[in-house]
Amino acid sequence: MKKLLTATAASALMASAAFAGGHAKEVKIGVILGFTGPIESLTPSMADGAELAMKEVSDSGLLLDGATVTSVRADSTCVDAAAATAAAERLITSDKVDGIMGADCSGVTGAILSNVAVPNGVVMISPSATSPALSTAEDNGLFFRTAPSDARQGVVMTEILMEEGINEVAVTYTNNDYGKGLADSFQQAFEAAGGKVTISAAHEDGKADYSAEVGALAAAGGQRLVVAGYVDQGGSGIVRSAIDSGAFDTFHFPDGMIGAKLEENFGSEIDGSTGQHPGTDSPGVAKYEEIVAGAFDATSPFTPESYDAAALILLAMQAANSKDSADYKEHIMHVANAPGEKIYPGELAKALQIIKDGGDVDYVGATAVELIGPGESAGNYRQIKLEGGKITTAKFR
Amino acid sequence: MDILNALVALSNFVLIPAIAYGSQLALGALGVTLIYGILRFSNFAHGDTMAFGAMIAVLVTWWLQSVGIGLGPLPTALLALPFGILGCMALVLVTDRMVYRFYREQKAKPVILVIVSMGVMFIMNGLVRFIIGPNDQNFADGTRFLISARDFKEMTGLEEGLAIKSTQALTVVVAVIAVALLFWFLNKTRTGKSMRAYSDNEDLALLSGINPERVVMYTWLIVAALATTAGVLYGLDKSFKPFVYFQLLLPIFASAIVGGLGSPLGAIAGGFVIAFSEVTVTYAWKKVLGYLAPAGMEPDGLVQLLSTDYKFAVSFVILLIVLLFKPTGLFKGKAV
Repeated sequence: MKKLLTATAASALMASAAFAGGHAKEVKIGVILGFTGPIESLTPSMADGAELAMKEVSDSGLLLDGATVTSVRADSTCVDAAAATAAAERLITSDKVDGIMGADCSGVTGAILSNVAVPNGVVMISPSATSPALSTAEDNGLFFRTAPSDARQGVVMTEILMEEGINEVAVTYTNNDYGKGLADSFQQAFEAAGGKVTISAAHEDGKADYSAEVGALAAAGGQRLVVAGYVDQGGSGIVRSAIDSGAFDTFHFPDGMIGAKLEENFGSEIDGSTGQHPGTDSPGVAKYEEIVAGAFDATSPFTPESYDAAALILLAMQAANSKDSADYKEHIMHVANAPGEKIYPGELAKALQIIKDGGDVDYVGATAVELIGPGESAGNYRQIKLEGGKITTAKFR
Repeated sequence: MDILNALVALSNFVLIPAIAYGSQLALGALGVTLIYGILRFSNFAHGDTMAFGAMIAVLVTWWLQSVGIGLGPLPTALLALPFGILGCMALVLVTDRMVYRFYREQKAKPVILVIVSMGVMFIMNGLVRFIIGPNDQNFADGTRFLISARDFKEMTGLEEGLAIKSTQALTVVVAVIAVALLFWFLNKTRTGKSMRAYSDNEDLALLSGINPERVVMYTWLIVAALATTAGVLYGLDKSFKPFVYFQLLLPIFASAIVGGLGSPLGAIAGGFVIAFSEVTVTYAWKKVLGYLAPAGMEPDGLVQLLSTDYKFAVSFVILLIVLLFKPTGLFKGKAV
């Protein structure tokens, strides 16, 4: 009996080895996104975006001498770390994927990274996890993201304010993870750049009266008030109260405050204020929409990031001439950044050919990808200025 | 110059907002205290009664604005106020007829009436949201400022600005008129006197031929007028949002209890005590002290006793202290 078992196991092993050998020309990419859960309306388009890049590469027949790329979808649930870990485990151990495009929400992404991707040594690129905590997570060089960390916005804000010649500000933030995270990362970046944050005070959304909050902000003083809140909520109340009491004349607005409502509420009262929100003028967006050609909603959040994430994995494989994570993880930063020929959506075949011929590519993609630091997108921001009661574009950075 | 600057900064961020807020609280607390004195229960639905009256006024204001009727520099809402009061009176009379009268006839204990008023609160709360929605509504118009911070700085050449919003001035003026009318009514008119008699001693009042149902009706009418006035002033000065009125319940009750439940004078004093403590305890004194302290002694920190997040906690704490040490309140009201 024992012998029989050993024999079966041995033959099974041999069979699976032979199976793997016979299909060396197939690359499997796991697409792990929250197909159920709080962002289930976004994920189908995200997966379609990633699979569009895979199809483009498969059709070209140029990847690793004619490999085909198949996608294996799995459900991250966005909120349930245990379910996401199990799903990722299945992708790696039973589907034997060569790379993971995902996950989506920051919490499950961290769980999959530490419990599955790192122990198994599989590369993962998240299109949408923005938590600053992931920048410092233990990843053995396996984790990347095509979405910017929230910490990045703090740095961009600092750069804008410093260029405006402002080195002393008061900060107020909406009392939740977004507001607190942004305020903290901004304060850190601003103080590192030699600026001074006189006060960093929370405000609750949905109150009728913010005069007490503004009183404290005004007492602390500063050349400008940074409002890390929501334009439909307490952020506007703070600004209104600050203008009415003459506490601050100009403001700086991160992404949550920028919207048509801002012009509508305050008009020219806040002229001279500045702000920034994610945005790019790269031609990649238009090209991406062109190749999607209405097959799914190309403007849905994070679908271009998903396309870019999948494309980066495949280009790195080509550059390493291997589909083994340990080999190609080194090449991801390289294909994503300069120097090299700029690659836009729809030009993946061209990129594969250039790499095959020994050339260099600089993958720009749909979201003007530029990976920095621990392998995350630098992010592109539109810097705005309020002039004559209108939001105007100062520049893109 | 420095002393003037300190004074202006203090007025701008503490005195003026606190006086306006105090007036609004005082009007609200008067309503609560009247109900407690005469009907003998704590009316938890008061915040939502304010919201209902203010809502009618908002709707009428919008209609007036759409047909182009206005008061020039004054907010149109003042014209709509009487309509709001009438609407609110109708609501409270219907509520009294349908709900409270039943329990009054049963001679229900005050604690039962408190729970009943909570039920009424939820219904009114839902009614207001159903009609006007849960969002912020803007109905203020007319001149926004009596004096704006920028003009004040140019006029006086001081470093600090002083802003007085027209709604703040209006709040104080209207509150003074309303309180004067109320006291005149309670002290000089026959109905007012019968109300006070009924409040002091119910049996004696009944024996001297006072009709209790009439007293109750007048009380509700006055409470509706006060609540609507308070609600409209608060909405004009800050913003109209149904949920905010529900939250106002705590400072209003704190004011009424601090002043002494059942004592109108106490309600007014309590309103200002609560408003001033909320604002001064959470104010950062850095700027004011910076002007007053001798050179080199300016404080580095914010000199803020409590973060502004704890504003509502201040009314709680004052409420607890008063209940522990002086349960009848500052003006010898009834013990709770």
